[in-house]
Amino acid sequence: MSKSEKPRIGVFVCHCGVNIGGVVNVPEVVEYAKTLPNVVYAEGNLYTCSSEGLSKIKEAVKKYDLNKVVVASCTPRTHEPLFRSACEEAGLNKYVFHMANIREHCSWVHSKEPKKATEKAEGTIKMAVAKAALLEPQEEPEIDVQPSALVIGGGVTGMTAALSLANQKFSVHLVEKENALGGKLKDLYQLYPKDTYSSEVLEEYVQAVRSNPNIKVYTSSIVKQNEGFIGNFKVTIDHKGKQETLDIGTIIVATGADVLKPEGLYCYGQSENIITQLELEKLIKEKKLEEPKDVVMIQCVGAREDKEGGRNYCSRICCAVAVKNALQIKELFPDAEVSILYRDMQTYGKDFEEQYGKARENFVQFIRYDSENPPEVFTRPDGKLAVKVHDILVNATLELEPDLIVLSTPLIQYEEAKQLSKILKVPLGADGFFLEAHVKLRPVDFATDGIFVCGTAHSPKTIAESIAQAYAAASRAGIPMALGRVRTEAITAFVDEDLCTGCGTCVKLCPYSAIRKDEHGIARAKDVLCKGCGVCAASCPERAINMRHFSDAQVLAEATAALGGK
Amino acid sequence: MAQLDKTFPTLDCSICILAPKMIECFRHPSIDMLTYSEVKEVKGEAGNFAVRILKKPRYVDATRCTGCGTCMEKCPAKVPSEFDMGMGNRKAIYMPFKQAVPLIATIDTEHCLYFAKGICKVCQKVCPSNAVDFEQKPEETTVNVSSIILATGFDIFDPSVMSEYGYGRFKNVIHSMEFERTISASGPTDGHLVRPSDGKEPKSVVFVQCVGSRSQHGEFPFCSSVCCVYATKEAILIKEHAPETEVYIMYIDMRAVGKGFQEFVDRAKRERGIRYIKAHPGGIAEDPATKSLQMHYEDILTGEMKKLNADLVVLCPALIPKEDNKRIAETMGLELDECGFFKSRDTLTAPVDTNVPGIYICGYCQCPKDIPESVAQASGAAARAAETITCTTKGARA
Repeated sequence: MSKSEKPRIGVFVCHCGVNIGGVVNVPEVVEYAKTLPNVVYAEGNLYTCSSEGLSKIKEAVKKYDLNKVVVASCTPRTHEPLFRSACEEAGLNKYVFHMANIREHCSWVHSKEPKKATEKAEGTIKMAVAKAALLEPQEEPEIDVQPSALVIGGGVTGMTAALSLANQKFSVHLVEKENALGGKLKDLYQLYPKDTYSSEVLEEYVQAVRSNPNIKVYTSSIVKQNEGFIGNFKVTIDHKGKQETLDIGTIIVATGADVLKPEGLYCYGQSENIITQLELEKLIKEKKLEEPKDVVMIQCVGAREDKEGGRNYCSRICCAVAVKNALQIKELFPDAEVSILYRDMQTYGKDFEEQYGKARENFVQFIRYDSENPPEVFTRPDGKLAVKVHDILVNATLELEPDLIVLSTPLIQYEEAKQLSKILKVPLGADGFFLEAHVKLRPVDFATDGIFVCGTAHSPKTIAESIAQAYAAASRAGIPMALGRVRTEAITAFVDEDLCTGCGTCVKLCPYSAIRKDEHGIARAKDVLCKGCGVCAASCPERAINMRHFSDAQVLAEATAALGGK
Repeated sequence: MAQLDKTFPTLDCSICILAPKMIECFRHPSIDMLTYSEVKEVKGEAGNFAVRILKKPRYVDATRCTGCGTCMEKCPAKVPSEFDMGMGNRKAIYMPFKQAVPLIATIDTEHCLYFAKGICKVCQKVCPSNAVDFEQKPEETTVNVSSIILATGFDIFDPSVMSEYGYGRFKNVIHSMEFERTISASGPTDGHLVRPSDGKEPKSVVFVQCVGSRSQHGEFPFCSSVCCVYATKEAILIKEHAPETEVYIMYIDMRAVGKGFQEFVDRAKRERGIRYIKAHPGGIAEDPATKSLQMHYEDILTGEMKKLNADLVVLCPALIPKEDNKRIAETMGLELDECGFFKSRDTLTAPVDTNVPGIYICGYCQCPKDIPESVAQASGAAARAAETITCTTKGARA
């Protein structure tokens, strides 16, 4: 479409079943839309997103020679790609499409005021039409993707992801901060369901990784710096002060999790007979565990704290770990008593529930305490350890005399994750773990293109769950590498070099380091790095920066329409 | 997932996040979508499977049907809708729900008057696209593929087996999927939460966990993994619809083990006033006059037997292996575990692999799990399938 071509706008108003149609008077809104400037066609649809609705858009584009399309429906977050591709199939550039949200922004929040909601829907569409009239086609630049991946973390998760990518014939760089591969698996003894030795599993993995010609392993190494963008990252690895820069297509974060040291909780540190589950496994593994008479395990130590600033989350695996280790102790020392003090037994699913039943059959005691009234660990005057707990199942306060207390502490994020999060520009959530782009739709993606997450770096989970997620990350990271090219953002900043004074405000403010000054001191935005956030455009004192698809003229037209102007 | 109203822990509208995914699949140039079809036979091995597929007749020409729905409007035969858990009706010619993909009508021959009695044919007369074809025959097609992924999901345990809860006898005892359809804006009550007996809004609702699941002597010893948190979500939805409603959740262990789930449950308690009772439910009694219910339970905290009056009780039944699993397992030479889930090659190190190389599993058909885990595992199975394709295809990328 040339700039001089007169806008011919089609408006499609969605009922979204009763989501919109039950509140907003859609037929009235459609009639209103027909009266707006440049609108040559308008209709209502039961579901504009259905294949029927999409066909209606395509038919109307042809029949009425539309050159802009407005859909008034739900959120662009989920549905814009769909409507845009319908426009593309009808031969339009997808950026001449605009969406008006009359569901989240209107019918859902004004469900008790149908008349006003209808008015608001009309106003919202008026704004969208005003902007649509000024929309221009945009191009999404295509960039090449290097067929090489960086996997950060050499535990079982990272090794799984690396092997999967290597089997897909990509070259993989596997970076591990410690001097050997293996991560937390190195400290564990037997793995669920207890007849598998951690060391055997580990050996198999390390062997496979080491012998795979597509995988290069960097131990005692960390990621120091990262520049670039999907397909073309330049990652600097630091190996004991020696640095190497790699060309990387996609990155997988598989840095795992640490186990909380329960300093200050349940007298931890005051006796060598008060240890964590991980320390217990180490003792069993090294055959250093002396025969205990009476073992007490305490669950939720520093986890599921429902208080401000507390560690709120459930660490998912600790109940199953306690059950496994309790059975382990019973097997090694059949005379030992084992009690597990718990709040809720989190033995979810099939296999853990089965193990829980087995533990009860093997006379492991399960004592339920309430979070309001947690157990107390103390030393008696005679020097013996004691645990006082109120058992809510029998409604009685018990005093136990264990010779070994095992604290089940949650998985927590490593301190170094903060640094990595800054280097890769990917976020951490409130619980400290890496935050995915969408809980359900994109569980292993980051919002930043080309970077993925898996395993316990994302949240506490079992080995099998980590492995499944590692494959998921390998799949997601493999897609752009297999395609060899990706399209990038079209909504980017561009600098009017005649107006730019080279003050450097934008360079300092850009969160993506996408703007640099050229040799003449003029700001230049790099399209593939720019995410179109608009910070530069808003802060430029000379108004020298404009945003594609969100130009000043377009935004002003929308605002003017909102305020009643034409 | 299409039947659900919202999903935990983000309270996203379920169909709103599912519909774009379904359409993306449908439109993807590399995906050939075969609906209303069954796998009949699998031959060959990883890298070279021949899969014989039966395409069942819809009696509607898929290339002509536009999904306009005129036939459904005019069809005289009303049938309880499976999608609405039998609480609403569909017609004998139908599309399961408004956003179904592909949006093509299907004739249910069991209820169609033409197939039953040789009369009617109204749909054929009114179809503007001339798409209805009573002569359509089953078709068979064979596809050649390198790898196969199973993602067949689960069934819902029939709670009427547990007679103490009165499901099927007491109108106001429903199960959680029926609840989802009731509270969903696209459901049979347009999203109004009402009691089945009298159409009135319930003032008190009790959710009962572990109905059929975690049964030590019963058929389903496992924990379904999702019920504690979806019941919390459903309780929040009630509070959003009618904040004054008393909502109780009776549970054994509160299992909120996924990312952000415990926080979600804590907020439900603190901010929504949802009451969680650690309880062993005994049974339900109905007042024959009002059809209101009385829940009998043992309070785990005090050991006392107690009673709680409720206008509506929602049972959270076990989510169980699909009945079809046995047939599929036989067709493909796969192993099932003792519960009837598809068995992983190694539950620890090969969760998405099966005993047959080149055939992978993901989602609830492997073992109980929630949506985020299922989606991640699906991508995981895709990675394994891609490995098979790469390793067994000549001239793969360098």
